Amino acid sequence: MQPIHLAWVDYAILLAYTGFVIGIGFALRRYLKTSSDYLTSGRSIPAWVTGLAFMAANLGALELVGMAANGAQYGIATAHFYWVGAIPAMIFLAVFMMPFYYGSKARSVPEYLNMRFDYRTRCVNSISFAVMTVFASGISMDALARLLNLLLGWDYNFALLITSAVVLVYVLKGGLTSAIYTEVLQFFMIVLGFAPVVWLGLKDVGGWTTLKERLAQVAQHPAALALNDKTFAPDAWSSAWKPILAGSEHNPMGVNVFAMVFGLGFVLSFGYWCTNFLVVQRAMAAKDMSAARRTPLIATVPKMIFPVLVILPGMLAVALATIPGKLYRLPPVPIAESAYAPAIADLKAATPDTADAAFDKISRDVGLKMDKAKVAAIIKANSLSPVSDPALKAELQDAVGENYYNGVILSLIKRYCPAGLLGLALTALLASFMSGMAGNVTAFNTIWTYDLYQAYIAPKKSDRHYFIVGQATTVVGIVLSIFCAYFASHYSNAMNIIQLVFGFVNAPLFATFLLGMFWARTTATGAFIGLLGGTATSALFHALTLATGDVPGIKGGYIHVVTYFPSEMAQNFWLASFAFSVCFILTLVISLATKRTKSDAELKGLVYSLTPRLKDGEQHFLLRPAVLGVILLIACVILNIIFW
Amino acid sequence: MGLDIRWPIGIMFTLISVLLVIEGALAGPSPKALGMNIDLWWGIVLLVFGVGMLLGAARSGRKKNEGGK
Repeated sequence: MQPIHLAWVDYAILLAYTGFVIGIGFALRRYLKTSSDYLTSGRSIPAWVTGLAFMAANLGALELVGMAANGAQYGIATAHFYWVGAIPAMIFLAVFMMPFYYGSKARSVPEYLNMRFDYRTRCVNSISFAVMTVFASGISMDALARLLNLLLGWDYNFALLITSAVVLVYVLKGGLTSAIYTEVLQFFMIVLGFAPVVWLGLKDVGGWTTLKERLAQVAQHPAALALNDKTFAPDAWSSAWKPILAGSEHNPMGVNVFAMVFGLGFVLSFGYWCTNFLVVQRAMAAKDMSAARRTPLIATVPKMIFPVLVILPGMLAVALATIPGKLYRLPPVPIAESAYAPAIADLKAATPDTADAAFDKISRDVGLKMDKAKVAAIIKANSLSPVSDPALKAELQDAVGENYYNGVILSLIKRYCPAGLLGLALTALLASFMSGMAGNVTAFNTIWTYDLYQAYIAPKKSDRHYFIVGQATTVVGIVLSIFCAYFASHYSNAMNIIQLVFGFVNAPLFATFLLGMFWARTTATGAFIGLLGGTATSALFHALTLATGDVPGIKGGYIHVVTYFPSEMAQNFWLASFAFSVCFILTLVISLATKRTKSDAELKGLVYSLTPRLKDGEQHFLLRPAVLGVILLIACVILNIIFW
Repeated sequence: MGLDIRWPIGIMFTLISVLLVIEGALAGPSPKALGMNIDLWWGIVLLVFGVGMLLGAARSGRKKNEGGK
């Protein structure tokens, strides 16, 4: 990819954003006095701010880039991550779980586990979570540095250091509040930075009706764009439910209704939104119980309409690629810099007569699927009159036959943004990377300081002591993230590893919470063994299954392949379903077989049946969480029906 | 928390909108943006948003001061 040339106005916008982010950190510094101000925001933030931060904390760039990629690959069914996945889980968190999280005065999710069960579950959860946050932040940094390198031609190391320095300064100065404020800033930046790109894209394609016609063409011949080998019904990219109800053979995701509703809708989403401290922490920072409960509810509103900003661009890109006059193609996978030299040597050695043999050789050099006709054309042109190396490089890149879905959103920004708008859209992208890092670093801080350091290493120190440890942890967290970024930069599949680990940890954890919060009989031993058993099940399931087309290894099946799934997504959904069920059943059975260690009085405020109901009656009828939840759920159902 | 977040949001977007409007006015319509002067128009949208945020922050700040005394 050619570096994009940025004008002065683009740099000015980028600088303005960075300046404000750092400025917020400094402005908030004078309000920070205790460790709780730094690590939990002293529970003082209004609901609309925590609500937007709740949503934005999850809106890392990996999500922005990834959802557009999925939109291109799978069409509108990607919206299920929002409409089936996120929304019901967020409403459940607000109505049923938040009273326990907030009411128990726990400062973190592992601390709640300690109150409800014992130190063992807390320890397992804090360690796995701390490791995940550092890796997630490292991968975010690596992705950002690569992007700056690719887009602006910045040196990778320089890009890595400068961005981590910015995050370090504002988190160190302003703590969690700073991270939350920045997330709100980022939320508006993303909405206002991406909206014009999407609008221009839609206008370019010719509106919604034309988009649907084009997508019907895509669905019937997905091979033409190297999207899929199969063919589908015309509505496979433009209907959310019909292709999935038709069965896993009839939609590009390769999932059926059960995997979608139980695997994604129930296990994965509830596991993520209800137990992941990174997002739950935002609600815990709210100023009172009703603000805490409104936090996820407020977040559902933008969450419901966000597919327009993040998924639609992917669909627009595939539609554009079918219109010949638009001169757009889905970005091809970039060829590794080191692969060019041997491939170009083979290109030059080849003649039109040996084109077939040369094609195989060049494909092997590049390590990607190549377009045979294009390679033959390059060989022919070169043998007639020698082409220069840089031109050969560009032609070779163009001949790659695999799509680089993660590049879709950037290709659209490049296509539609003149100087000015370009700066705005790129700043939105950078903002999401940086706040992804900051979110993870602040969550890591709290977990390390309260759940590991204070709990096991140095209990009963002064608050000042923990305040300083919290700040030191920020530095350590960022340094560790930099190491993880370098680690990730050596492994192209680091992203896959971390997503896998997320699935391993989160899916069974939700079963632990469900039983712990709603069944007083759940015992500490039951929860601990259930959680370990569930995680082990994930690992085993992964080792025994594989998605069709993948090689055994990091993607699964490394012991023995028992079953094949039509796609990695289907494999993921089923893995989560299994891990959840095993954890649920194990916890249930072992709890019945072991004695309770905590009395009813100790569990008050931690378990549903032992906690006095909150009095919502004093609030206005429409502001009560349960009422709001039902209204939002109905809105979500209507959305599903519109795009049925 | 002591700082109303609408201040930084409002100031930042107002600043960015001014940059966009200037760029739009100088550069004119762009063939990339389907022949529209997207910088100018979007700059105006951002300006409205930024000023709205500032007004909101100013109003609630005044209310708080009156309520406190």
